Amino acid sequence: MSIELKAGSPPASVPFYNDPKVRSIVYQVALCLIVAGLVYGAASNAVENLQRARIASGFGFWDNIAGFDISQTLISYSNTSTYGRAFWVGLLNTLLVAGLGIIFATILGFIVGIARLSKNWLVNKAATAYVEIIRNLPLLLQLLFWYNAVLKALPDLRESVKIPGGIFLNNRGLFLPAPVTQAGFGFVEIVFFLGIVGSIVFHIWARKRQEKTGQQAPVFLTSLGLIIGLPLIVYLIAGMPLSFNFPQAGRFNIAGGLEVVPEFAALLFGLSIYTAAFIAEVVRAGILAVSHGQTEAAYSLGMKPGPTLRLIVVPQAMRVIIPPLTSQYLNLTKNSSLAVAIGYPDLVQVFTGTVLNQTGQAVEVVAITMAVYLTISLTTSFLMNIYNSRMKLVER
Amino acid sequence: MKRVLSIVALTAAVFAVQSASAQTLKQVKDRGILNCGSNTGLAGFGLPDAQGKWTGLDVDTCRAVAAAVLGDASKVKFVPLSAKDRFTALQSGEVDMLARNTTWTSSRDTQLGLNFAGVNYYDGQGFMVRKALKVNSALELNEASVCVQQGTTTELNLADYFRANNMKLKTVTFASSDEAIKAYDSGRCDAFTTDASGLYAERLRLANSADHIVLPEIISKEPLGPAVRHGDDQWFDVVKWTYFAMLNAEELGITSKNVDEMLKSNSPDIKRLLGAEGNFGEQLGLSKDWAYKIVKLVGNYGEVFDRNVGAGSPLKIDRGLNKLWTKGGLQYAPPVR
Repeated sequence: MSIELKAGSPPASVPFYNDPKVRSIVYQVALCLIVAGLVYGAASNAVENLQRARIASGFGFWDNIAGFDISQTLISYSNTSTYGRAFWVGLLNTLLVAGLGIIFATILGFIVGIARLSKNWLVNKAATAYVEIIRNLPLLLQLLFWYNAVLKALPDLRESVKIPGGIFLNNRGLFLPAPVTQAGFGFVEIVFFLGIVGSIVFHIWARKRQEKTGQQAPVFLTSLGLIIGLPLIVYLIAGMPLSFNFPQAGRFNIAGGLEVVPEFAALLFGLSIYTAAFIAEVVRAGILAVSHGQTEAAYSLGMKPGPTLRLIVVPQAMRVIIPPLTSQYLNLTKNSSLAVAIGYPDLVQVFTGTVLNQTGQAVEVVAITMAVYLTISLTTSFLMNIYNSRMKLVER
Repeated sequence: MKRVLSIVALTAAVFAVQSASAQTLKQVKDRGILNCGSNTGLAGFGLPDAQGKWTGLDVDTCRAVAAAVLGDASKVKFVPLSAKDRFTALQSGEVDMLARNTTWTSSRDTQLGLNFAGVNYYDGQGFMVRKALKVNSALELNEASVCVQQGTTTELNLADYFRANNMKLKTVTFASSDEAIKAYDSGRCDAFTTDASGLYAERLRLANSADHIVLPEIISKEPLGPAVRHGDDQWFDVVKWTYFAMLNAEELGITSKNVDEMLKSNSPDIKRLLGAEGNFGEQLGLSKDWAYKIVKLVGNYGEVFDRNVGAGSPLKIDRGLNKLWTKGGLQYAPPVR
């Protein structure tokens, strides 16, 4: 079709159906309607199918008695607790292993990543071998290896390794004395938190003073005194209100105390070591991305290699490192769901495993689990983005 | 965020639940093969050998259904399912029926949308421990740690039993029976628990099977049987009557060896079962000689029991409760008439 333009008329009037703005709105509305229709169709189909098969639906199961046991619980849980409680147990177990895994993987990853750039042949090659072996083997295989290696290497219950201080180690886990707080311990906790706040305030004051006058203050020693020394004094004044519950060998198991189960240890080992290999590569790439001129400039100012790395190279490398590091953290969290293979009660094992199976409510349980992983991932990503924007190069 | 989630949940719902209309029999006939959910590997009940040929009591239940529906006991595709995946697989239509030592419970019958077609093995849950522990009764297991497979009634009975007897328990749960028994074998747990039949089967696989004993206590009723989806009565009847045909055949003395001679029998019961009289097969939507094919190709219940778990098998489990009602057991089939 042709459009006749009159000479001299103000911007050519286009029929509404050819107006890009109108078109884009129409297309978007149409797309929205199609998506909504599909969603509606899918939803009603699912509901109808569930009803026809007379499969229970809804979230009524949440408050029902779960009736099964879980081997590691951070909050109180018994087999008379509800499915909802089991969900929280699983979630906390996931967060525990993911949180500790992220810390360990980061430390190990940075060490290995920097070691790969070492001029020492042995250190360099060892780091390379570590990265290449760990990175190229499937995680599941490694978890099974760690689990079986950890279990098999440890002695039987009756031949437990006894470490002075009431510590036992055997193939059921590591048993430590558990601290039991008594009345008055609250003061120690309060002073401890005050100490943390105090040292942060002191740190900020010291930095400002250094910027103004160039004088350095003993930040580390002061913080140490505030966070550890002061609570210790309060603890002694309050009459040492802390006792320990020592593990004791019973007929079958070791009872009492803190218990680190081998499933947890194997999962934490496996996840940390596996993710550290990827983090090492990220760190290496980040450091290589910093222009060599920076190092040379630092050396020419008379700085030693250590401070150069710590104060000049790594801070600049962080800008490159943080985004891929974030995705490694997300991977680690998601990979923790492989716990199911070695019997560690994480969210997937407890909730989409046992709870789903006992209630049969696949749709609800899977939806909740997906929501949880999405929330964890988005939160991690959000926090790392804040950190990233703080670490970005500030142009003056 | 919320919207994204509901979409995700709904898509999951759509893919998880296929139409469960009354079409299974037709689908199986059209497909020419029966999809049967089986155990991932339990000696005597469902286990593939080195050539990939499946054997077992539950496996033969599937073969009998294939024989009745398709006239060929080999037209079965076995889908190995772990305890925690089995119901979803059946609900979603991935398998036509489930025959993998599954306990018939009220919540599974109602809430999970399943129909149990009978009890092909009356079982009960027991415990296995090392002889070296010198434990003689399950009641001495206070504070013991127990390895168990996830998603089973076993897991719940275990917690109940310890609670009822005021005993403390440490459960270590694994996704598959294989992992659970391995962990027990490596010393992670003091005891391993599952259905008694499973204990005998798993014990054969341990490094030193003679070092382990099964404790005398049976702590639960475990009626194991094949299951189908709700909402397809015709298919439910087919699976149910296939199993009843095997029981009736044993009761009437029909075996895979003498079934051809039995066709000439004058007994009206035998004539009705084998299709020489009446149209009982057609009423089920099958051929007239459906039961003949089951017995000819797979055997009667007694034969199947004997060669898979009974005296003729390595497990050598006593028939006990699984004897026919005529011999003091619980196995009882309604008559064909």
